[in-house]
Order: sequence, then C-alpha cells, then structure tokens
Amino acid sequence: MRFSGSETYVATRDLTLAVNAAITLQRPLLIKGEPGTGKTMLAEEVAASLGLPLFEWHVKSTTKAQQGLYEYDAVSRLRDSQLGEAKVADIGSYIVKGVLWQAFECETPSVVLIDEIDKADIEFPNDLLRELDRMEFFVYETREKVRARHRPLLFITSNNEKELPDAFLRRCFFHYIRFPDKETMTKIVDVHFPGLKPALLREALEVFFELREIPGLKKKPSTSELLDWLKLLLAEDIPPEALRSKDQKTAIPPLHGALLKNEQDVHLFERLIFMARHNR
Amino acid sequence: MLIDFFLHLKASRLPVSIKEFLTLLEALQQHVIEYSLDDFYVLSRAILVKDETNFDKFDRAFGEYFKGVEALPGMDVLIPEEWLRRAVKKHLTDAERARLEKLGWDKLMETFKQRLAEQKERHSGGSKWIGSGGTSPFGHGGTHPEGIRVGGRSENRSAVKVWEKREYRNLDDSVELGTRNIKVALRRLRRFAREGAAEELDLEGTIAGTARNAGWLDLHMRPERHNAVKVLLFLDIGGSMDDHIRVCEELFSACRSEFKHLEHYYFHNCVYDYLWKDNRRRHSERIPTPDVLHKYGNDYKLIFVGDAAMSPYELVQPNGSIEFNNAEPGATWLRRLADTWPHAIWLNPESEHSWQYRQSTSLIYNLLGGRMFPLTLDGLARGMRLLSK
Repeated sequence: MRFSGSETYVATRDLTLAVNAAITLQRPLLIKGEPGTGKTMLAEEVAASLGLPLFEWHVKSTTKAQQGLYEYDAVSRLRDSQLGEAKVADIGSYIVKGVLWQAFECETPSVVLIDEIDKADIEFPNDLLRELDRMEFFVYETREKVRARHRPLLFITSNNEKELPDAFLRRCFFHYIRFPDKETMTKIVDVHFPGLKPALLREALEVFFELREIPGLKKKPSTSELLDWLKLLLAEDIPPEALRSKDQKTAIPPLHGALLKNEQDVHLFERLIFMARHNR
Repeated sequence: MLIDFFLHLKASRLPVSIKEFLTLLEALQQHVIEYSLDDFYVLSRAILVKDETNFDKFDRAFGEYFKGVEALPGMDVLIPEEWLRRAVKKHLTDAERARLEKLGWDKLMETFKQRLAEQKERHSGGSKWIGSGGTSPFGHGGTHPEGIRVGGRSENRSAVKVWEKREYRNLDDSVELGTRNIKVALRRLRRFAREGAAEELDLEGTIAGTARNAGWLDLHMRPERHNAVKVLLFLDIGGSMDDHIRVCEELFSACRSEFKHLEHYYFHNCVYDYLWKDNRRRHSERIPTPDVLHKYGNDYKLIFVGDAAMSPYELVQPNGSIEFNNAEPGATWLRRLADTWPHAIWLNPESEHSWQYRQSTSLIYNLLGGRMFPLTLDGLARGMRLLSK
C-alpha cells in the first residue's frame, strides 16, 4: 500500500513520504498546519485512493475518549426494563459501538480519522494511549476484549489549541503541512479547475498571495478559500483584466468576501486601498 | 547505527526519545525510503520531531551533523539578556555568587554583550575575545576563574558556568520553579484547590446509577468541580523583581486556570495606597488599596509573590516608597492586609538561606508570622498546606 496523492488532492513529496512511513510502520500520523490546508481532506483522500473504508471521529470539547470505544446506554435499558422488554436481560444490546470499535471490527484494513484532537480535554489523548498502541480494549459491561483484526491507519489532526502530552506524541509520526508555494498552488488549482484560463489563474494567484502578505490580517485566506473564490470568479465569468486594473492599488478584487472572512479584515483591507488611493 | 546522530540531536536539545529513535531504525529497515539524504531528512523529522516549533532546531542540528557545518560562532548566543542572566545565576553556588562580586554582574554581562558585538570572527586563545582556550572570561576551555562559557565542551571545569543543561535538575524539588516542573507545581495547587470543596449532586452519575439499579434511586455525589477556595494574588513587579518576573508569571498563569475565584493585583516592592491590575497601564489605572480591602471577604486566601527585597525604609518609614509619597509606612499596609485576610502567605523566589541576611525580608517574615515560603515545589506545597488548614 502506497499513497501518492490523488486526482483531487495534491500531496507534496514530504507529505507522501510521511504518509507512507506511517502506513508501513503502522503508526498514527499526526497532522498539523494552517487552517484550510487540507488536513482533514488527507484522511479522506488516502482512504479513497487506497480503497479502504474511512471511519471519522470528530472531536468536540465535550468528547470523552470512552465514546470512541463504546457507550453503555443505561437509560434505554431502564426504560425497556419498565416496559418489560425481553432483551433487557442481555446487557450487550445496550452497548453502542464507537468509531474505534467499528474500525477494529472491520473485515479489511481501514482508515480512522480523529479530527481536531486538540479540542478535547487535555487528558483525552492520554486516555487513548493503550488503545492506540495495542489496538485493543476491554468492555467492562460484557467482560469481553475487543482486538483489531487489522491495525487501522490512523490520522489525527490538530489545530494547536492545546499541547498534546509527550507520551502520546512519542507514539505518532508528525507532519506539518506548510502553506503551499505558488507552484504547488497552481497544481492544486489545476486539480480542482482543469479548464481554468491560465491568464485568470495567474492573476488570481497573484492577487491571492498579495492579500496574504498584508500585515495585520486576523485570518489569512487559505487554500480552501482560494478555491471558493475561483469558483465564484468562474461562475461570474469575470475576465482576467478585471482582477488587475491599470492602477493595481485602486482595485478591490471582485468578490473579495470569499477570501476575507472577518469583518475587521475587510475593513482593514478597504482602508488600505483608500489610503493607497489618497496617496496617489 | 546512527547513534551519533541521535546523540547529536539530543545534544541540540531536541526532545527526542529512544523509542522514537528505534522507530526510525525500524523504518530504515523496512525500506520506507531509498538512499537519499532528502528523504532521510523528511523521514527522521516526521518520526523524531513532534512540534513545528522544534523544526528550526532540528534543521540546524541535521545540517551540522550531515554537512559537517561548524556551528556558527555566536549562533547559540542570540539569547535575550534576561534569560542569560538567569541562566548564569542558576549555575552558581552562593559562595561563587559572592565571589563574582569581584567583577559584578552588570559589568560581566555588559562586557560580554559588548564583546559579542565587537567580535566578527572565530577566535581561539588570547585573553580578551570570546572563543576557545585563553584566559578571557568569555568563551570556553579557558582558565579565567569567573568566565562565561559559550558553546563547546568543558575542558578544565574551571569556568564558573556551563551552558549545558543539568539533567537531574528537575528531580530536585528545592530548585526554583521553571517551565518543566511547573506542571508538578500545578498539581500541588490543584490539590489545594479541590480540598475541602463541597459536594454536589452528580446528575449524570445518578441517572446512570439509578438505571443500573433497575430503577431504585441511587444518588451519586461528587466534589464540586470548581473549588470554593478564593484566592487573591498580589504580585510584586518591577525593580528587584525583574530577575524573578518570569517565574512569577508562570506561576500566575498556572494559577489562573486553576481557580475560579482568583483575583490578581500588582504592586511594586511593597503594598501602599494603590494597586494596579494591568502593568502596562499602572499609572493611569490604579486602584486604591482600601477599595480592594473592602471588596473581598475574609474567606479569600491571600498570596503575595515577591522577593521582599527593598530598602528597610520602605517598610518602616512614611514616605519611604521609592515611587511616591506614602503617608503610612509599608509595614502598616501589610499588617492591614494580613488582618483583613488572616489566611495569607508570602512566596519568595529568593533562596531560603538568604532571607535572614536581608533586613526587609526578615521584617516581612516577622510581620506575616513566619508565613513566608520559597517559590519552589517544596515551598509551594508547604504554603498550600498552611493555607488549606
């Protein structure tokens, strides 16, 4: 099994190497990077290109490690007991399987995505250490041990909101997705809009990278925002020339709302343009 | 195989572990990569480095090892003076510290910085420049009794300080708090925070327990998550505290997430008529101390953090403050605070042995009835034990 990018996902050499190393050695791969650089996409693409089922676990601040394994639905058991249902006697019918259990049970090797692990409580990664190491866990209610048939391929994304414990990090591989340079970006756009006019693309990319350079932006536009913007430009059928009028400073890029998501950023941007006009 | 590489990374202060190193070897054995240095770079980084903030350190270490690039002179000296000063101080015993008065801290550091600025190229031997050998106080392998060693390996062990880490430092709970042991300190604070807290009904636990009991009510209680302990934190800022300010801020930020009821105020040297909450606006947004005295009930625990090092006049004389004309001496204010909040302790970043030699410190020590503790793990634990009584 080797991953080498896909038709809809451009992976740099670094990234494919890290992914392949994680596949070969069967270690979890921790992915960090700026928002919108395709961290979550990676797991989906790897699963699709290797033809493996994907199990997604989106972590929230209230998520507990236990929920990824299983949950015991005591309340419905109580209700059933009062209604006199027969299945009450079997505690197993009230065990709800979590994402990891499903992946462990899978007939084929599978891909598991633990998305935004940093959102959860600080102890969350620690609570999963043994489960991820040995790929097995114990169900106390039914006294059974669940062991993975095939070690699933594990992708973990983090947005750096919390520091992850060392013991957890030691078990993972790590890759930081850098913001793509112009060349990679052209490739990425190519994958998404094969028919895009080269002139429009060049102009758009220039405007985009210039926008990223503006100091003080709260949220720099990312790859996914660029793609959205291009989609809009195409839909509106805006000619390349409109992106860059004669005096580049005076033009507000059309549809810039797709790139700047923050009201303060839009203000800042408009002010800068106003100042540029004033200085002329 | 590659053990030197691993040790080199370790020496470059990258947090690499043996387990990760073995994983790297396993990856090589399984032919994850071809024989290319670039691939090896990416692979070893993915396996060994787990935080992008360490990438730069890794790059340098990797470059040094594989290209035989000599570490640039001065590269490891691009460190803020504040840190340098503290780091240097850590490595001195009290006796050495006293001896160092010969040259004087400021002068030593100043000269050191000056030399750094003047020095343009590598230097070896001689008695003035930073480099290796020689008798200059700066550089390494030299013989000056009070030199600062910059890079390199200790040769005749006579340099007063060595930049290399002291590996067992963290195991010693009498050292002052740093980033590494702050977690332990936090745990001790948390224990203090949770102790004596009231219990509340654990609704989820009760439902689950009742369900498990097939409908018989099964009440579950749990300690209240946010503790009932209220803390007032008074931090000494500026002046002689500059040495310790980082330690204080670490402790402070650690506390901040631990207590629900935590109020902090800054003061300078000693508490007088005014306190302030934001050090950048300390002159425009001062809060009269009596207001603070009346605002918080006596169930608050008061924690001072300060080195208690000042001129004794600041404590015992009206108008003794170095900042403004105070009508009442500092000691009166301190006594007033201690009366309002009987549960008060003073955490002192200075080493406990030196307290008795400073007049102001022993004055405050007596004022607070001996409730002064060093800002170490041990001191913190003792202080918290006293506060929770």
